[in-house]
Amino acid sequence: MTLTAVILLGAFHGINPAMGWLFAVARGLQERSRDLLLQSLPVIALGHLVSVALVVAVVSATGSLVTATALAIGAGVVLVGFGLWHLLARRHFRWVGMRLSLPQLAAWSFLMSSVHGAGLMLLPVLTRMPAGHHGHALSGGMLVAGVHTLAMFLTATVVAVVVYEFLGVAVLRRAWFNLDRMWAFALVGAGVITLVGAV
Amino acid sequence: MTLWKPDPTFYPSPRDAAEAPPEKLAYVAAFDRSAQRPDALAVLDTDPASPAYGTVVGWTDLPHTGDELHHFGWNACSSALCPYAPHPHVERRYLIVPGLRSSRIYVYDTKDRVSPELVKVIEPEELGKRAGYSRPHTVHCGPEGLYVSALGGYGDDGPGGIAILDHNSFEVLGRWEVDRGPQYLAYDFWWHINHDVLVTSEWGTPSMVEDGVVGELLLGRKYGHKIHFWDLRKRRHVQEVDLGDQHQMTLELRPAHDPTKTYGFVGVVTSVEDLSASVWVWHRDVRHGDGSRWAAEKVITIPAEPASPDDLPDVLKPFGAVPPLVTDIDLSVDDQRLYVSCWGTGELKQYDVSDPFKPVELGSVRLGGIVRRQAHPAAPDERLAGGPQMVEVSRDGRRVYVTNSLYGAWDDQFYPDGVGAWMAKIDTESFTLDERFFPHGDDFRGLRPHQTRLQGGDASSDSYCYP
Repeated sequence: MTLTAVILLGAFHGINPAMGWLFAVARGLQERSRDLLLQSLPVIALGHLVSVALVVAVVSATGSLVTATALAIGAGVVLVGFGLWHLLARRHFRWVGMRLSLPQLAAWSFLMSSVHGAGLMLLPVLTRMPAGHHGHALSGGMLVAGVHTLAMFLTATVVAVVVYEFLGVAVLRRAWFNLDRMWAFALVGAGVITLVGAV
Repeated sequence: MTLWKPDPTFYPSPRDAAEAPPEKLAYVAAFDRSAQRPDALAVLDTDPASPAYGTVVGWTDLPHTGDELHHFGWNACSSALCPYAPHPHVERRYLIVPGLRSSRIYVYDTKDRVSPELVKVIEPEELGKRAGYSRPHTVHCGPEGLYVSALGGYGDDGPGGIAILDHNSFEVLGRWEVDRGPQYLAYDFWWHINHDVLVTSEWGTPSMVEDGVVGELLLGRKYGHKIHFWDLRKRRHVQEVDLGDQHQMTLELRPAHDPTKTYGFVGVVTSVEDLSASVWVWHRDVRHGDGSRWAAEKVITIPAEPASPDDLPDVLKPFGAVPPLVTDIDLSVDDQRLYVSCWGTGELKQYDVSDPFKPVELGSVRLGGIVRRQAHPAAPDERLAGGPQMVEVSRDGRRVYVTNSLYGAWDDQFYPDGVGAWMAKIDTESFTLDERFFPHGDDFRGLRPHQTRLQGGDASSDSYCYP
């Protein structure tokens, strides 16, 4: 069940145009090169992975210091807070520049994922993982992050190639739903569920 | 404010934008030369099927006097779809309207209403203290927020430059330039968004323009004659390209809309050598290097027309000729047609610029002019003052709108018996004037019309990140 959730979350991030596939498509269109598109996607996934892994590391370090209940409550509060901030703050990600090297693209993806709170959604999964040996929690968490990112990468690749080869970016006008708003609701919901489960 | 799907007026590519439905309304900035009455935003009906077609259907007076409205722009446009900082669920809803003389910036809401409604006023002190500028001019919606160029410094004549405003709150965030290099004069700006390149042009500082063109400065070749290239991401000056100091006033910048391209057109008002006007193309220089440097070359020259001194205003009597005075140019969204306003001779020219280095003139429409005073076919007995000046092209490239006022003090110099007030529409296919569309005279309630913005966007409002 939890693994399914982790994979679905990865797919959700993969589908979101703002999380990278659209940037890969734009780079490909700009240079008329599918190779450039395909090169960009793993780099974007890498940035996403680092962002998610950071959350895993923090949870695992915190988990070795506090009780499972305290960890879950903390995680729930962070999720609700971040979700509300996303819903209420009217700021959007600011990054100026299109011509990026691959390392810069990875940095962009890391920042975008972090601002988005991509890794936070794994908190309910991570806090419910069997406590005990710290190393186990960390390696288990990293496995979760890896599976999540792989799902994100595969989804983004399929969407990017289909848009680049067949659909064209005009599809954005019809299909670019406000995923950020849905995501913010989901963060709040996940936080509430985590809090309810903890007390 | 936040939508579930992208604003329908945002288009990923210029090809998509050229398919956009025709505009039903046009917004026109109009100002009172005497500064006794408020300036206004006039709203024109541009729907040929409407009974009110060609008339003023909305009107909003400003809360102050003496603003001198000039150029203005939208709070959001197609650049919101750009992949590196997307915010596609904001609305194209607010007009950002600077007062070129007062340095105030107004924000007007256009949603679900015909006459725009005021939502915010940014006072000159906010622009001055936060960004160091005055006399705000061009507005573009872009990746970091709203970019507003300004002719003057704050408490100082210069340098002019670009200020950044927040997308949502419309607060002035600060000065855009980190390193301005040798740039001092300012006027227009735009960018090659996918190449992280920004381009700026030069007119003059407030003291050089606000009381009219200064003959000694013009003959002394002191007005702007350069264009500047910047790194859009690092906000640094990269290179200046000098067109030659005889080419006075490099004004409007029209880069290609196709984001894979790196060329654009700039209009020059007049050459002090022969009073001709010109249009130049800038491009990456691959003939003398690796393409990292920029170059510009003249691709259109429009000569002055001889005239009797008796028919000329004082400012031109010594020359015995009418200068074309190219004060605005506009490039169609598909980058195929360039429209060039000759405000002195009273002419709008249409060029095929499918090869930007070899423009071919396709047509010309005469209207007004310092000597000719060509009438509009809808009112054949009225000698028209002014000439085609601000020119705006619809997204589908089928319609062109022109207004006739340049700038208060300059109107008075070149058309001393009164510049009048009119707006006209040209159908680009036949390149003829639409006789059903000629709001003029009292339609503008004694104000002078300047820039036009078309509902949903036009050829000079949006930038696109996808080819």
